[in-house]
Amino acid sequence: MIHLERRPQPSRLWTATTPLIAVVLTMIVGGTMFAALGTDPFEAIRTIFWDPLFNTQFAGFTRPQLLVKAGPLILIAIGLSIGFRAGIWNIGAEGQYIMGAICGAAAGLALYPSESPLIFPLMILAGGLGGWAWAAIPAVLKTRFGTNEILVSLMLVYVAENVLASVSSGLLRNPEGMGFPGSRNFKEWDAAHNAEIVAGTGMHWGVVFAFIAVIAAYVLLTRHIQGFNIRLTGEAPRAARFSGVNPARIIFLCLGISGALAGLAGLFEVTGPAGQISIDFNSGYGFTAIIVAFLGRLNPIGILLAGLLMALTYIGGELAQLMLGLPGASIQLFQGMLLFFLLATDVFTNYRVRFGRSEVA
Amino acid sequence: MKRRTLLASAALAATLGTAAFAQDPTKACFVYVGPIGDGGWTYQHHQGALAVKEEFGDAVEIAWQESVPEGADAERVMTQMALSGCDIIFTTSFGYMDATNAVAAKFPDIKFEHATGYKREHPNVSSYNARFYEGRAVVGHIAGSMTKTNKIGYLASFPIPEVVMGINAYYLHAQKVNPDVELVVTWVYTWFDPAKEADAARAMIDQGVDVITAHTDSTAPLAEAAKEGGAVIGFGQASDMAPFATNDDGTPGPRVTSIIDEWSPYYVKRVKAVIDGTWEQIDSWSGMPEGEVVMGEMTDVIPENVRQEAQGMIDAITGGTYHPFTGPINKADGSAWLADGEVASDGDLLSMDFYIEGIDAEIPN
Amino acid sequence: MDLSAINPVLLVASVMVSATPILLAAIGEMVVEKSGVLNLGVEGMMITGAVVGFAVAVNSTSPGLGFVAAALAGALLSLSFGFLTQYLLSNQVATGLGLTLVGLGLSSLIGKPYEGMKTATLPKLDIPVLSDLPVVGRMLFSHDIMVYLSLALVAAVWAFLKYTRAGLILRAVGESHDSAHALGYKVVRVRLLAILFGGACAGLGGAYLSLVRVPQWTEGITAGAGWIALAIVVFASWRAGRVAVGAYLFGGITVLQLNLQAAGAAVPVALLSASPYLITILVLVIISARGMHGAPASLGRPFHAST
Repeated sequence: MIHLERRPQPSRLWTATTPLIAVVLTMIVGGTMFAALGTDPFEAIRTIFWDPLFNTQFAGFTRPQLLVKAGPLILIAIGLSIGFRAGIWNIGAEGQYIMGAICGAAAGLALYPSESPLIFPLMILAGGLGGWAWAAIPAVLKTRFGTNEILVSLMLVYVAENVLASVSSGLLRNPEGMGFPGSRNFKEWDAAHNAEIVAGTGMHWGVVFAFIAVIAAYVLLTRHIQGFNIRLTGEAPRAARFSGVNPARIIFLCLGISGALAGLAGLFEVTGPAGQISIDFNSGYGFTAIIVAFLGRLNPIGILLAGLLMALTYIGGELAQLMLGLPGASIQLFQGMLLFFLLATDVFTNYRVRFGRSEVA
Repeated sequence: MKRRTLLASAALAATLGTAAFAQDPTKACFVYVGPIGDGGWTYQHHQGALAVKEEFGDAVEIAWQESVPEGADAERVMTQMALSGCDIIFTTSFGYMDATNAVAAKFPDIKFEHATGYKREHPNVSSYNARFYEGRAVVGHIAGSMTKTNKIGYLASFPIPEVVMGINAYYLHAQKVNPDVELVVTWVYTWFDPAKEADAARAMIDQGVDVITAHTDSTAPLAEAAKEGGAVIGFGQASDMAPFATNDDGTPGPRVTSIIDEWSPYYVKRVKAVIDGTWEQIDSWSGMPEGEVVMGEMTDVIPENVRQEAQGMIDAITGGTYHPFTGPINKADGSAWLADGEVASDGDLLSMDFYIEGIDAEIPN
Repeated sequence: MDLSAINPVLLVASVMVSATPILLAAIGEMVVEKSGVLNLGVEGMMITGAVVGFAVAVNSTSPGLGFVAAALAGALLSLSFGFLTQYLLSNQVATGLGLTLVGLGLSSLIGKPYEGMKTATLPKLDIPVLSDLPVVGRMLFSHDIMVYLSLALVAAVWAFLKYTRAGLILRAVGESHDSAHALGYKVVRVRLLAILFGGACAGLGGAYLSLVRVPQWTEGITAGAGWIALAIVVFASWRAGRVAVGAYLFGGITVLQLNLQAAGAAVPVALLSASPYLITILVLVIISARGMHGAPASLGRPFHAST
């Protein structure tokens, strides 16, 4: 009989080695799948995990791209993780991401074509506020009426998508765009362009903010009283109330932070890598970030690593499609497997596997 | 790039040993916005890609990437394609326009072809599009002739010029044969959501619409029409959708003809130009004459005389003697757009943001 | 605007069809959540059900067999979620999202050969007398069997949870797994069964899309229906009857807004298009303001028997 015994402390050794085991398991199972699809499994695995980092032909470009892809994921996931720790389920980050981008872009476009150096900071502010405001809706409804935030935040994603479709073919449409949907391109407007800070590194302001968010979240959760309150609310809500933590304040704080960070991510994306507001500029970062948050065990450092790993599989997956002709769906399946194995092997971190009959306590 | 030259010289050394010296194949790459299996837009582009392979065989290598989101991901995918040695890259969605131009600036030796846009900021960028409104005009004629309820439907995706152009062409030609015809437009705000497309088709059918044309990608509207046992007809969109021409019990199905996006001639032509070294920047907007917009087979459900009229229209458009937007045409607000005999300019069409006279509705926004 | 063009009889009839996939998936997910497990992988299980159901129906020319296969496929996929969350104690939210990724990828690989094909669909039942009634006959009694089965399933789940001992145990497990365990109930086994049921229902919902609602297979056919099903469960405050209300409300507004558009109503299309989501929020706010909401207390919390 196999059974699990809870470790008093999460095992350091296993914390470090389980991701490696998971990756190896994914390689084996995923490789089998690739072989079944008629592709050399070794080549496929190498293309996904190795080429984005070390292939001489691509890596000079793809290595910085890892930061570009991981930046928004990390920024959003950090915000979400704070809420998840408090037991507040914001699954509508995608909507906050969209609204942040729209508000930030609108604030900037209202001043077009000014070249004032204040434009970009203003847009950042508006982007953060836009995301914050969109997340404040479920916060208000939850604190005032007890409405479940899962439903409200999720439904607001669809509403945001409708707003996006509407503004990109109406209010924010590029007046010089021949009637096509989509805003002006921010890359062609220096004052509003979120350019790389050092060319060729992938470091744009969104990535910088992501790193700052990682550090800030670490400090908040380990050193600050509000961080303690957040964790307490999540782990023992009643104890939190007895110790004088105001649940409404925690709800506003958590949803506010996650909304603002998602909004910032949207703004940085739309003024930088994406370049413009368009009907489909959002590509599911808000949902993928939920995976990143949990993959990182809701820990800021873990999220940083998880974000980079997700970005690697995305970019490596693109290369595998391009170079080996693998179908896009097989890459999706591969990512799902990786996630499953990471989650499955996690058990060794917190539990010891015992063989034989369980002792009677 | 170092490794590539290394590999190339290794390959050279290897081939020198054998008698046959194969030329480095030309690599044509395609960026798709949806999955190949969408049965519509992306599927047809992929058919074009396969036609290129078919035409040139070993002289050409093709590569593609599915479901590439518009925005940041598109730019990265194109760059990776450029780095992987693609000689010509087709980017098959409007939203790729700025990314295409940005990447083209960095790779002046690689040719870029962007579908349905208008920006050509560098000499190595061409744009191409198809005159789908020619097909819409033909189905509009069929719709106006065949409707019994005098209500015809248009299932629209987003309020963009391309869709507005389609609506106008459809209504114009329906109304020409049947002045009493009424147009019902339903916006679904998506290119692809089969269940929602079916719901929208159902809503129109329930309100007495008996001819539906769809400007979305799935076959769901045709499947919904099929449930009416012949009372409602529709058209294949983007691909032929031939399975809906007959029902399972052998009775005629709702699909009476189709507007097919045929990208093959253009893709073959452009890849050939790269092989021959004659590629030049162009702005291509082709239609029936070039074989880019093709009408699927008309079924017997369409009365003989209507079929002949429709065929006549196809022949006239193909022969260049008829333009679907020929005046006199007024705008919906009553102001004049085209004078008698005047033909719409391409610029007017590509930025179309108004309905023509007779359509009693507002374009969203 | 010509609102008289909207025929209420046909409207209700098409709402019933339109809401059925969400209803099936939502009622299954509700049982899962009642047992204290949050499975966010509904979308993945639905689309797997859609493709397997379609493939089997095409090969066997029997839509009925397709539905059975879809339920099995959904349950099988949910088993992977069950194993991870119940035995390996993985995080439920992340595992559910992973399940969605797996389902979307898997379905597209399975479905490649079936693109563009047609299948036999379920016939409309001709219920003697009832179908011939004026108005209600067309409105309520001229649907295919799955519409009625989905409603029967709602009633069955309601009765199961309210009146049976097994239902009581399931709820106890969801409210407090530690107490349920102390009383000697097999928490993990109960939850696994609930997860399997949820997977089977999601599979049926997906198959309804690919076999009846849209009859076809294309990649991404569910287009987010699984997420709506999840929202409906929350909307329903974890009550069976309200799941049906929620699914019909959501489906109803979707269909109604399209009808309003087709009738030329003078309301901005963007607003109409967002209305199903806005109204769902609004109704939930009204319900919750009256103070009735209760997620199962152990929802989403992993259970590990410490003895």
